[in-house]
Amino acid sequence: MGDVWKKVPVREQDAKERAANFEEVCLGYDREEAVEEAQRCLNCKNAQCVKGCPVSIDIPGFIGKVKEGDIGGAYQVISESSALPAVCGRVCPQESQCEGKCIRGVRGEAVSIGKLERFVADWAREQGIRPEGAKEKKGKKVAVIGSGPAGLTCAGDLAKMGYDVTIFEALHEPGGVLVYGIPEFRLPKDEVVKKEIENVKSLGVEIETNVIVGKSVTIDELLGEEGYSAVFIGSGAGLPKFMGIPGENANGVFSANEYLTRSNLMKAFREDSPTPIMKSRKVAVVGGGNVAMDAARTALRLGAEVHIVYRRSEEELPARVEEVHHAKEEGIIFDLLTNPVEILEDEKGWVKGMTCVRMELGEPDASGRRRPVVIPGSEFTLELDTVIMALGTSPNPLISSTTKGLDTNKWKCIVASEEDGQTSKEGVFAGGDAVTGAATVILAMGAGKAGAKGIDEYLSKKA
Amino acid sequence: MYPILRAQELTTNIFLMDVKARRVADSCLPGQFVIVRTQEDGERIPLTICDYDREEGTITIVFQIVGAGTFEMAKLKAGDSFHDVVGPLGRPSDLTEETPDELQKKRILFVAGGVGTAPVYPQVKWLKEQGVSADVIVGAKTKDLLILEEEMKAVAGNLYVTTDDGSYGRSGMVTKTIQDLVEQEGKQYDVCIAIGPMIMMKFVCKLTKELSIPTVVSLNPIMVDGTGMCGACRVTVGGEVKFACVDGPEFDGHLVNFDEAMQRQQIYKTEEGRAFLAAKEGATHHGGCGHCD
Repeated sequence: MGDVWKKVPVREQDAKERAANFEEVCLGYDREEAVEEAQRCLNCKNAQCVKGCPVSIDIPGFIGKVKEGDIGGAYQVISESSALPAVCGRVCPQESQCEGKCIRGVRGEAVSIGKLERFVADWAREQGIRPEGAKEKKGKKVAVIGSGPAGLTCAGDLAKMGYDVTIFEALHEPGGVLVYGIPEFRLPKDEVVKKEIENVKSLGVEIETNVIVGKSVTIDELLGEEGYSAVFIGSGAGLPKFMGIPGENANGVFSANEYLTRSNLMKAFREDSPTPIMKSRKVAVVGGGNVAMDAARTALRLGAEVHIVYRRSEEELPARVEEVHHAKEEGIIFDLLTNPVEILEDEKGWVKGMTCVRMELGEPDASGRRRPVVIPGSEFTLELDTVIMALGTSPNPLISSTTKGLDTNKWKCIVASEEDGQTSKEGVFAGGDAVTGAATVILAMGAGKAGAKGIDEYLSKKA
Repeated sequence: MYPILRAQELTTNIFLMDVKARRVADSCLPGQFVIVRTQEDGERIPLTICDYDREEGTITIVFQIVGAGTFEMAKLKAGDSFHDVVGPLGRPSDLTEETPDELQKKRILFVAGGVGTAPVYPQVKWLKEQGVSADVIVGAKTKDLLILEEEMKAVAGNLYVTTDDGSYGRSGMVTKTIQDLVEQEGKQYDVCIAIGPMIMMKFVCKLTKELSIPTVVSLNPIMVDGTGMCGACRVTVGGEVKFACVDGPEFDGHLVNFDEAMQRQQIYKTEEGRAFLAAKEGATHHGGCGHCD
């Protein structure tokens, strides 16, 4: 037995080695390590960790099963609350959610809840164990728009309640950000994401790909001639932002969405992929969130020297600490308190550099964050051949602009109740990034869950 | 899967296919496009919808072999299927928003270049259904590359065919015919819709600006998703950045920054060329392009 104040360490691929491949970085616990880590859980009566989980998994419950060595039992406990445990165990920011509330964390390190969840889900997958479907059908159809974390969770929950659920997805593959955004080295696609989506399908959920709601079909048509009783919108926030600085349309400037979609969804990182991706020598990724880290670490693996250019200091980086740590280990260079002002092009229109200014942190703004201020005369040039803009995304206005009576706010986000997902339009519910703007996978799942509950209540009342 | 009901080589390297895609056929309008993938793990290729049959649930696409993706696509036969067809994407042509009365008052000129004849066709056909006969100029490099002439003749008011080398119809570029029609033959137009290679649209716009004819172009930048989530297809129009896949593909041609748009089409040129050679030459591919071992 190791030090009870510390987490059982998790095995990882060596930093040098992994910087040149797309294999998963974190190798996860084995059974022995998992049982040892599970024993650190104090099985609190009034467990705070559960309150930190947006889908309220019975954490002491499943960890208790792991302690006993009943991994199948642990999987059943998790499945009651979460449709995508193998995903969440990998990508949730546990430090600010379940693990952030863990009582162990007061004096030592929190219990490694995420890694335990991941172990249980991976084990269940290897054993071919699947969640249990509905026993009785309700004979009502519900349409879910978008197959990202919100849509998959909502669909899974509704199917378990006995509804006939069809998910409509605009891309050729379901999963949303799980397939186009988060890279293979954090979240393996074939082994983890596809299998987890298969689990949702095994509950009876149909997925129709290549349907762009608002173009191929409208919400009013779904509720009308197509016979759906309710709709859940989980279409996310996929519209990339650009800075609006000169040179941003030069060849070699990409949105992180484009860069990551090429690599993750279209598999451009593979030599034999028909979809190309730029082979860069020196890349600047502008931004400091998880998407910036993902784009930077992808560019590094494709052979480039990579700089993160971020206008605030390390403390304010919105990315997960674990991801920043991984990025540094792999050799990403952090140019902090730095802001681009212009992208420089060569005579043929290709990126040759970026003019930046140095920043310092001034007074806190309304949100409490210290506002970065330009240091006069601090201009300098980074020589580059590629710039990736990872400045955040906003919801696509396509659905709201083609649906009568669906209210949006000034950020083009759909207005919906946090409690049950109800929008301004009867029978239409929404959740996830489409409502909140870009947030996390697990918050989207929480919203999907709330939406399913809201739809069930609405349809039960109506019947 | 999306079955191919008809596959036909219109002329050297230009192909026409009817594809079953019920949802697209139900809701598409002239000016819109689809994105297709020939096989699993294939790339996403944007193609304008050239015609549609709502009853049959089919759409017609026309494409030219320009690289590895379209080369693979051309091998598909009737009875084969596309792995994916998504759409309709983009905004319908502005013309579809006007009433037949408004349209009938307009003198409309279409200018089609090469394979751009295909996306012009549904617009001219749609106008004819509204009782409007538009003039159409179709330009091709040479007689053998001319497509859809009979189909176009059936729906156009006046059809003017021109070949760069004078092997058929009028002689010279489409711009020469525009100039002749307006300056020699006394034609007047309220709007011009030009679709074809970027360089053709650029020169048409240069001319129509001088002739004071408002001009709409349909841009064909590099695309990935086609739904507005990546910005690969961004173009500058009137000094503003627009995404062609959602804000277009049609724009005011007099406001488009064509030089930038043409430059951005070159991003993957070398890689595409290499992939194309490898696909075309198969096992016999032995390099020679300077990039192979």
